[in-house]
Amino acid sequence: MSVWDRLSAWFLGLPLVHPAAVWLKAHPDPAFVILTLLKIVFILFVFLTVVSYLVWAERKICGRMQGRFGPNRVGIFGLLQPLADVVKLLFKEESMPGSVNKVIFSIAPGLAIVPALVSFSVVPVGPGLAVTDVNVGLLVFLAMSSIGVYAVVLGGWASNNKYALIGGLRSAAQMISYELAMGISTIGVILLVGSLSMVEIVKAQAGWIHVFGLPLPGWFVFTQPVAFLIFMITAFAETNRTPFDLPEAESELVAGFHTEYSSMKFGLFFLGEYSNIITICAIAVTLFLGGWTWPWHWLPESLQFIWFFVKLAVLVFVFIWARWTLPRFRYDQLMDLGWKVLLPVSLGWVVLTAVVVYMRMPR
Amino acid sequence: MVPALFVGFSALLLVSALLVVLHRNPVTSALFLVVAFCALAGIYILMHAEFIGMVQIIVYAGAIMVLFLFVIMYLNLGADPERGAAIVMRRLVGWLAGAIVVAQAVLLLAGRWAIGPAGPPLDPSVGNTQALGVLLYSKFLFPFEITSLVLLVAMVGAIVISKGRGGKPNSSPDPSPEATFMGAGDARVSPMLRPGDSITPAASIAPAGEESP
Amino acid sequence: MIPQDWALLVSALLFTIGVVGVLVRRNAIVIFMSVELMLNAGNLAFVSFARALNSLDGQVIVFFVMAVAAAEVAVGLAIIVNLFRLRDSVFVDEINLLKG
Repeated sequence: MSVWDRLSAWFLGLPLVHPAAVWLKAHPDPAFVILTLLKIVFILFVFLTVVSYLVWAERKICGRMQGRFGPNRVGIFGLLQPLADVVKLLFKEESMPGSVNKVIFSIAPGLAIVPALVSFSVVPVGPGLAVTDVNVGLLVFLAMSSIGVYAVVLGGWASNNKYALIGGLRSAAQMISYELAMGISTIGVILLVGSLSMVEIVKAQAGWIHVFGLPLPGWFVFTQPVAFLIFMITAFAETNRTPFDLPEAESELVAGFHTEYSSMKFGLFFLGEYSNIITICAIAVTLFLGGWTWPWHWLPESLQFIWFFVKLAVLVFVFIWARWTLPRFRYDQLMDLGWKVLLPVSLGWVVLTAVVVYMRMPR
Repeated sequence: MVPALFVGFSALLLVSALLVVLHRNPVTSALFLVVAFCALAGIYILMHAEFIGMVQIIVYAGAIMVLFLFVIMYLNLGADPERGAAIVMRRLVGWLAGAIVVAQAVLLLAGRWAIGPAGPPLDPSVGNTQALGVLLYSKFLFPFEITSLVLLVAMVGAIVISKGRGGKPNSSPDPSPEATFMGAGDARVSPMLRPGDSITPAASIAPAGEESP
Repeated sequence: MIPQDWALLVSALLFTIGVVGVLVRRNAIVIFMSVELMLNAGNLAFVSFARALNSLDGQVIVFFVMAVAAAEVAVGLAIIVNLFRLRDSVFVDEINLLKG
């Protein structure tokens, strides 16, 4: 029984006499909507806290990698820095260039963060700890990652600035190219599980497997190493992070698609980038690193979400690590890698996985 | 709740579809089309076609509409100038034809009609995606394979058409339109100035048709 | 459960909007978008019939329609880009080279 189920059972079992509560008990549909909204608010709160501390972690790690301290003035270890950043962003002057398309210019930053939040709703953080478990969960993620292109393209186009436009168009081409390899790299996992539901995918990774006699946790990273590698590379490209940060390459394009943005609109783009990192790492953890599962039973079921966050932290660290160590790709190298290496390799890996699954099928 | 959601999604779908047709700025039209496709995906999900709904978003909203936007931005289209008698005539004819089509549909739906015999209820334990997959690889295997051929032909066709014929005197000066916008080694976006070069653009950078000094 | 008539009515209205768009607009890209609207109206009818008949065949057809629509858009937009390069316009009434 999941936490949510327990919570709703507790709520429905309460001897409430308030008319609103009585009405809710009698009407399951609105009760469902309200309960889901509460879940969303809770997950949103956790998510945004994690995102703001991701920014802090990035600055801290970057500082250490460059022999600096990073933020250490606001609070102990600079832990209140995210708060200070948000306050600063809110109080900055909001400027809008004269000849922009105002509506599109304003909705683009919102579009940057919404897809990341929506696709996080299908990620099971712990046993039963997901906003929803739909039977097309993985497709929800792929759909939302394809919607994510709009923020950058529209932001770049609406700014009416050549650097922004080039950044936006670069990003559109980049995200479309890498989305293919990303989608195909997940097919191997789907083949092994036989379901698109994220909870089923995690459950399939519990326990131990033996690879050439070697006992390993049943995580798909061990059976699908190539797919995991491709997924991570494309994840870098999808989130516009170094070494694929061509859309905002500061040495060529000023700041790329968000050149003209300021104040909280810039803040939303910023938040959107880090939300995308968290979401895509959460998906990678779910697909390849076994979600909340751990090979040993060290924790009771209600605390297993800790493993999820441990794995998430490792992957997020890899993202930050890569950003501060790797140089940027050139545009033609980026396209070559996407179309001539990742796509054929992921297709070949799908064929290989399919053959293995077919051979092992009981007949 | 399902009928209420259906009405909501339908209203969103129809209003945004109307705005696609009525709005004069093609970028706004394209964005309303994205909204319309997402609303349609919602309707599909309400009809228990989850896979189709998600594919609708991935294919239409995520791929096709991005392509549309890409082309609109590449061609740098502004709002359509629409004036003159021809436009009024065109509008008249268009809305008249629309009214006739709606009238036909209403007549058809108002008349006596019934759908054929329904099959046995679907097995709820088999997911929508799985059932569709089985169907695609058994009953519809041949059309499925043909689809891949269609996609291949379209891909080759699109590349051939947009590349233009090499060596034709009328072809555009830059071979690939993408290279122009991506800026990778493209002269129009970032003219490279070597030491000793003059600031005057070289003849090769000037657009075709202009005579060089 | 959604009544069959409603879904068909929405589909018919969507198709009509597509028809009007093709007839009213001069911008080839918007006309193309209207054609997409008509295709989607057909898809909606297919899905609603599939639901009413307890059959998945309609959904498979929708899948094929989507694949063909993707192919069509790729080729169509390539043609429009070429046209724009040739005539500097995407308005269908200015593209009258075939007139005798």
